[in-house]
This record gives sequence, structure tokens and C-alpha cells, in this order.
Amino acid sequence: MGQPNDPRGNLVRPYAVTRGRTEPRRDIPIEAVLVASQAAVQESRFAGHDKYRIAVLCEPRAQSLAEIAAYSRLPLGVARVLVADMVADGLLSLHSAAPKEGFTERMDLLERVLSGLRKL
Amino acid sequence: MDFASSERAGAQPKEITSAKIVIAGGFGVGKTTLVGAVSEIEPLTTEAVMTSAGQGIDDASKVPGKETTTVAMDFGRITMADDLILYLFGTPGQTRFWFMWDELIRGAVGAAVLVDTRRISDAFAPLDYFENRHLPYLVALNCFDGAPRYEPEEVREALAIAPHVPLLMCDARHRDSVKSVLVGVVEHAMATLVAEQGRGYPATVG
Repeated sequence: MGQPNDPRGNLVRPYAVTRGRTEPRRDIPIEAVLVASQAAVQESRFAGHDKYRIAVLCEPRAQSLAEIAAYSRLPLGVARVLVADMVADGLLSLHSAAPKEGFTERMDLLERVLSGLRKL
Repeated sequence: MDFASSERAGAQPKEITSAKIVIAGGFGVGKTTLVGAVSEIEPLTTEAVMTSAGQGIDDASKVPGKETTTVAMDFGRITMADDLILYLFGTPGQTRFWFMWDELIRGAVGAAVLVDTRRISDAFAPLDYFENRHLPYLVALNCFDGAPRYEPEEVREALAIAPHVPLLMCDARHRDSVKSVLVGVVEHAMATLVAEQGRGYPATVG
């Protein structure tokens, strides 16, 4: 799996950790966040090293698919396959990306983001 | 009663919404600097692997002999509330990775195209890209020290930026300046949404 400090170490055979699968079980947006419960962290000990590390990462605070890929040093496509598996197996809960439909829903989100930015 | 309900609220995790804003622009224009100026984490890099054919994020092991290319995207995070996170994604600098841009803009709130006033022509490709997409975007002129200063209207004319696209000056190193860019993106997204909805937006009418 490459040297821990070599960010490209895991890219040698990118899909080896998914046993060659390249299609995620469900599409997950790059910014969608995932959370693992403490119970899920315990359970994921038996799901393999990569999935366990992902669960540990998502237990103290919600992490996006992009953060999971970056912290795990996995290419985005590989992380997406693993994360989709973990969602299907109940090890991670998937939270919602920004609504794409509905005027009120979209406007509410924009207003919240705007006020969040102004408070920075 | 209050005790019971707050206890239940604690046990039931809230739905967390995440939103993203895309920071686009040519190579070396200051996208990561901009992200880093407001992000609560050091900008991270996520990498997508694809084959030399450029057909998308592909599995190189299935097509032996093809070279793989790694496309890197830098991003940052702003946790706005315990149920709201904003991510800022920089596009890959190389404009040939358009497919990756498509993935990045999907579901985004809006985008800022960062322009280096010393290399204005680098902005043509990113601007062309957004002209043909539905995402609201603005143009931010990154004014480095010593960079040639142009009047915004000169730049608008030189880059043929449509009148409805906001254009503003910024310094990607400075938090307040970057904040104004992001506020500008969201305000433009709101105006676009309202315009799309038609003139009959009644919600704020007293």
C-alpha cells in the first residue's frame, strides 16, 4: 500500500482495495458528509483496514467524501466505492448535499450560507 | 418534558447539509491561496485517477498499457453550524480535465472564476466553460502586488464577460477580501434563483 508519507503510494493499483470494483453501489457527491456512530466504529473493525480507518475518521466529526479520500490517501473513485459500501452496510450515515430542487429549499440554504459567510 | 425532549434530540443525530462553492481559474492563479484564506483546515488535496484516454475516472488496471494521470483538486472547509458545512473546491488547473469540472460543479451553489491580471488570457477557457453551464458564477480579479491594474470594465471587455456576470477585485491572500468574493457568489446565486423563479417572488413582500 505504499509508504505512509507518500501521498501517491496508494495510487499504484488504485482499485486493489476495492478488489477491482470501480462502480460504487450508489453515487455520493464529493461534498456529501458522512458520520460513523461509536457502534459502527467497533463493527467496522471487522470490515477491513481501510473501512475501519474511514469509520474512525468520521466518528468525532462529519467528513465529506473529499476529506475521507484526502485523509485516507485514496483516490476519490476508490474512496467512493468504499464509502458507498459502508453506507449500504450501515457503517456510515450519509447526510444530504445541497438541495437541487425547490425554490424555497434552495433559497433557505443560500440564506444560511450567506449569513454564515458574513459571520466569518 | 424539556429534559426528555432534549435528551431525545441528543440521541437523534441532526441531518447535516453540506454545500459547495467552486473556485475556478487557470493554473497558478491563486485558487488554493484563496481557499486557504478562509478555510478552517489547511487546504487538502483529493486526487482522481484516470486513464490517458481521459474518459473519466477510470480503472487503469482494466486497460493495461494505458497511462494513468492523476488529477488533483484542492479544497477547504468552513463549518458554519453543527448542521451546515460549506466546502470550497478549487478546479484542477489543467483545463483539459473538463470532466472533473463537471463533477465539481454538480450541485454547487455557485462559482468564482479567479483571473490573474498579469495573464488575462488564461481565463478564456474557464470562462468559456461557465458560459455554457447553468451554474451562477462571478469573475474575481486577483490583484497580486505589482500586478498590472486594469479597470474592471477593461477586463470585462477584454474577456467578453457578459453584463449580467458580476466582476470584482480581490486579493486571494486576504480573508476579508475572499469573504467578499464568496458573499458575492452567494448573492449572485440568490439573484439568479429569484430571476429564474420569475418576478413573482412573494416571500419577502410584507
